[in-house]
Amino acid sequence: MTIAISVKNIGKQYKIGAAETKFRYNMLRDVIVDTVTAPVRIAKALIGKSDHRTNQNYVWALKDVSFDLEEGKVLGIVGKNGAGKSTLLKILSRVTEPTVGTVSVRGRVGSLLEVGTGFHPELSGRENIYMNGAILGMRRAEIDSKFDEIVDFSEVGQFIDTPVKRYSSGMYLRLAFAVAAHLEPEILVVDEVLAVGDAEFQKKCLGKMNDVAQQGRTVLFVSHNMSAILRLTQEAIVLQKGQMIMRAPTQEAVDYYLSSGQSQAGEKFWSAEDVSVANAEFTPISLKVKERSGKVVDTIRSTEPVMLEFEYQLNTSITGLRVGLYISTMRGEYIFTSFDTDDASLYEKFDTRSAGRYVSRVEIPADIFNEGRYMVGVNASSFGVKRYFMDENALAFNVDISGAPGTQWGEPRVGPVRPRLNWKIEKIDN
Amino acid sequence: MKEIMPETAKYEPHTVYIRPSKGLSSLNLSDLWIYRELIYFMVWRDIKVKYKQTLLGMAWAVIQPVMTMLVFTFLFDKVAKLPTDNIPYPIFSFTALLPWGLFVTALNQGSRSLVAHNNMVTKIYFPRLILPMSSVFAGLVDFAIAFVILVGLMIYYRFVPAWSLVWTLPLFLLLAIITALGVALWLSAINVQYRDVNQALPFLTQFWLFATPVAYSASVISAKWQILYSLNPMAGVVNGFRWALLGTGNGPDITLWVSVGISILIFISGLFYFRSMERTFADTI
Repeated sequence: MTIAISVKNIGKQYKIGAAETKFRYNMLRDVIVDTVTAPVRIAKALIGKSDHRTNQNYVWALKDVSFDLEEGKVLGIVGKNGAGKSTLLKILSRVTEPTVGTVSVRGRVGSLLEVGTGFHPELSGRENIYMNGAILGMRRAEIDSKFDEIVDFSEVGQFIDTPVKRYSSGMYLRLAFAVAAHLEPEILVVDEVLAVGDAEFQKKCLGKMNDVAQQGRTVLFVSHNMSAILRLTQEAIVLQKGQMIMRAPTQEAVDYYLSSGQSQAGEKFWSAEDVSVANAEFTPISLKVKERSGKVVDTIRSTEPVMLEFEYQLNTSITGLRVGLYISTMRGEYIFTSFDTDDASLYEKFDTRSAGRYVSRVEIPADIFNEGRYMVGVNASSFGVKRYFMDENALAFNVDISGAPGTQWGEPRVGPVRPRLNWKIEKIDN
Repeated sequence: MKEIMPETAKYEPHTVYIRPSKGLSSLNLSDLWIYRELIYFMVWRDIKVKYKQTLLGMAWAVIQPVMTMLVFTFLFDKVAKLPTDNIPYPIFSFTALLPWGLFVTALNQGSRSLVAHNNMVTKIYFPRLILPMSSVFAGLVDFAIAFVILVGLMIYYRFVPAWSLVWTLPLFLLLAIITALGVALWLSAINVQYRDVNQALPFLTQFWLFATPVAYSASVISAKWQILYSLNPMAGVVNGFRWALLGTGNGPDITLWVSVGISILIFISGLFYFRSMERTFADTI
């Protein structure tokens, strides 16, 4: 197999905040002052007193990232905002240079980093297709041959000779995406473009990306949409604080990414920064996963009940408060939702909760979860009035299935629930 | 009979190496060639968009130099009575306003081109040189329109130029373009980091106009200052235009070669400065 992209120890350093360097202000005046004081600074640097390169005002947006990607592979890149995903894509698409390291890229790189770049509002759809195509590196003949296809794909048909400033934002984005999607580079870099347009158009976009992957092109795909990552890629890398911490089959990488920000200890504590000032009435304190003995655990047994405890402080009395939990899979599919006042009698008893410290505790019966890792989200709100607090990814726990129904076969079972059901087997005929 | 099948030409994608560039980076003109169509499209777009949603449209390309010429004629001919080497003042000033207009447009548009297109610069790769280049080339259309007016003026004043202008004029036009591009390369790259350029441009343009023999004749400058004066490459361009079109002045002499030298110096140094700053454009813009 040929290597399409080879990334070797690349790093990208950015300056942040008020760095004591000559780039501190973008004013000529400061440079003049700076130039006058330069001998002192250079002398200092020479005797090793200060080296602005290692100054803490510089931050590595990307550090020591290395990987090879074979031709025709689709690689997902996941990571939180600021993890370095965009920086990596910018380096690969040659928008910016790495501070250290080298990359070799075999073939033309098409990027969908930002669709519609170079679109001019005064130009018509037709003119913008040519303009944008040229910016993306397409030759005129290439655009000519794909023109009809692009127009079809964008669904702007009859408005093709209207200036794009008269387009709706949806039409504008569809046209922009259509041009970019018809670029046929050897390597395609896609960043979060699937948020474009309505559901039907999104489906079309995903289909187009699938086609690209099937044609044996190399694709790098960045998204916060885990189900899209799972659908389109077989392998993914996880970036965290500029470093590549994992490269694994997508399912594994996504599971890791989703749980990496959470406590591994089966409990989560909130601090003051996590609470918005606008919701001063409600202060979350902790969420704990406990086994029957009361011990806080990260891994529960499917065959035993589990206790979830959410502790919080009310700083004022709240009417109609309900505190609830969402349980979901790591792929973001909800399994169930439950609130502490679901029971009508409790709902009436706790119609108004006075200020004070509370714990809402629930026991989830045995034989619910299948093997895997699950996410607990919490929510505190008064229905139709106000949401006081919400953390969809509060904490994750593992489920161990030893002793659960059907484990004698040792094969994985599909579906997130693994209930113990009462089967009856009857012989009704010979 | 066995036919020899032509071997299918297999497209071999070339490998690009991305690494931190050090020192004076190579000019990478091959990339410029690959993206040549983009230059064409950028120029075409600039022209197309320039007069959109204006009442007078392309007429502006005529109105601007003609109005300037009329004001100049009133001020410097009727009021100040400046010597014009016996040329009717309207032709005399219009001949200079042609390259000057080209230069000013190129200087202003070119110097602002990178900042104006910052969304392109921060999102996608293309040789950044294309931006100032296409801004400069787009000015040629206005130049061509204004040139038609000059022809009209010459017919009106029954002025017959020398035939040699067929080859001398393009050369002086080239000199104007090289000068404008050279200055635009410097200023556009500086503008990415120091927006002071935006503030300085109107002043610079005005100052430069006074330092260039547009409204007056270069012959009013005394001989001992001529060499110093020609350090302004636009002086060489304007004198050259007058010489080629109107036959005034001495034609190519030492002062012209000084202007040409300075112009090429600005252009080459601008090219290298631009290229060396190019790697930080996306980060600092």
